[in-house]
Amino acid sequence: MNRAQLLACPECDLLQSDSAVPRPRKALCARCGAVLYQRHPHGLERTAALTAAALVLFAIANAFPILSLELQGERTDATLAGAVSALWSQNMQLVAALVLFTAIVMPLAELAALAWLLAPLRFGLRAPQFGAVFQLLQFAQRWGMVEVFVLGSLVSFAKLGHLANVEAGIALWSFAGLMLVMAAIEANFDPRDLWSRVASL
Amino acid sequence: MNASAASLGLLSCHTCSLVSRAPAADAALCPRCGSALHTRKPGSIGRTWAFLIAAMALYVPANALPIMLTSSLFGSQDDTIMSGIVFLWEDGSWYLALIVFVASILVPLAKIIGLAVLLLSVQLGWRSHQAERARLYRLVESIGRWSMLDIFVVALLVTVVQLTALASVRAGPAALAFGAVVVLTMCAATSFDPRLIWDPVKDPREQPATA
Repeated sequence: MNRAQLLACPECDLLQSDSAVPRPRKALCARCGAVLYQRHPHGLERTAALTAAALVLFAIANAFPILSLELQGERTDATLAGAVSALWSQNMQLVAALVLFTAIVMPLAELAALAWLLAPLRFGLRAPQFGAVFQLLQFAQRWGMVEVFVLGSLVSFAKLGHLANVEAGIALWSFAGLMLVMAAIEANFDPRDLWSRVASL
Repeated sequence: MNASAASLGLLSCHTCSLVSRAPAADAALCPRCGSALHTRKPGSIGRTWAFLIAAMALYVPANALPIMLTSSLFGSQDDTIMSGIVFLWEDGSWYLALIVFVASILVPLAKIIGLAVLLLSVQLGWRSHQAERARLYRLVESIGRWSMLDIFVVALLVTVVQLTALASVRAGPAALAFGAVVVLTMCAATSFDPRLIWDPVKDPREQPATA
């Protein structure tokens, strides 16, 4: 049997052969039910296109206010970077760093890593530091929390709505869009296909 | 074929998932992507316990200390996570109260208890309920991130209210402890190796017939 056709379940280590797994969109481990891989026609091409879209949304989401509050003619805007600096100035540097890390740095790292790995592949090239960047991607997928941040913005929005005039900013919509595009990336990206294509270069 | 890769002297790469033959020495590199190879995550049980015990310790101040300090013309108020939820509930926003309760109280508690059960089951060598424990592990892995909700809410409220003259909102000391609980429980879930659940099942004949 070809070694590349062997699969060991990442969660229970059961050895399975790729050919024994039928070819639906998602292959599940026969013993523990973990997702072994998902296969999409043109999954990597779609991931590359979605990554480009996500980078645009990410830029807009960080440049504009998420919420604006109006109290007696006075208006304050909350951007994501502003939230980080507000926490920092309140002597909450570690909490500020955590927000910076999970809402800005890691989502950007995920998108940048995808672009780094996928763009050269279109020209038949293997990106430098391929393995290390792939590991960064795995790490960033775990620690990037765009969807949690969107829910947090909605909760804040509803909480403030009781007190004053709040307006949802452009960034709130962009973050919601970014959340959907990143979910689509997760659904389309097939690391197995990526590795087999890179190995055959 | 119904055996684990490890029992056949094979190991799979954590990065690119290529299955390769285990070499004699443990400091091997994956032939395809060059990552370090391990049969199981090294020191998994000890590391997971360390993260988990630290998270348990910090869970107490995270809930006992105030997470948000509000002061306005009408006086000042210190809110813990729970009193914030009660306030939302009494205010009629029961749906918000429910979201925050699930994300801030239920999820961290479920994660801590779930991981402790998984660790004990592996250390005691349980041979039953593997499929259920595998599901428990996946649940713990997937819900963990949602506890960050309260941190994001505090961050946004602090920002938007800090500049108005009428009131000021500051993050309380519990924000630090609570953030640490989220990070520590996520690290604990990452260090746990779910394959340990299945390792006591050595002989293929002992396994339940695959449906």
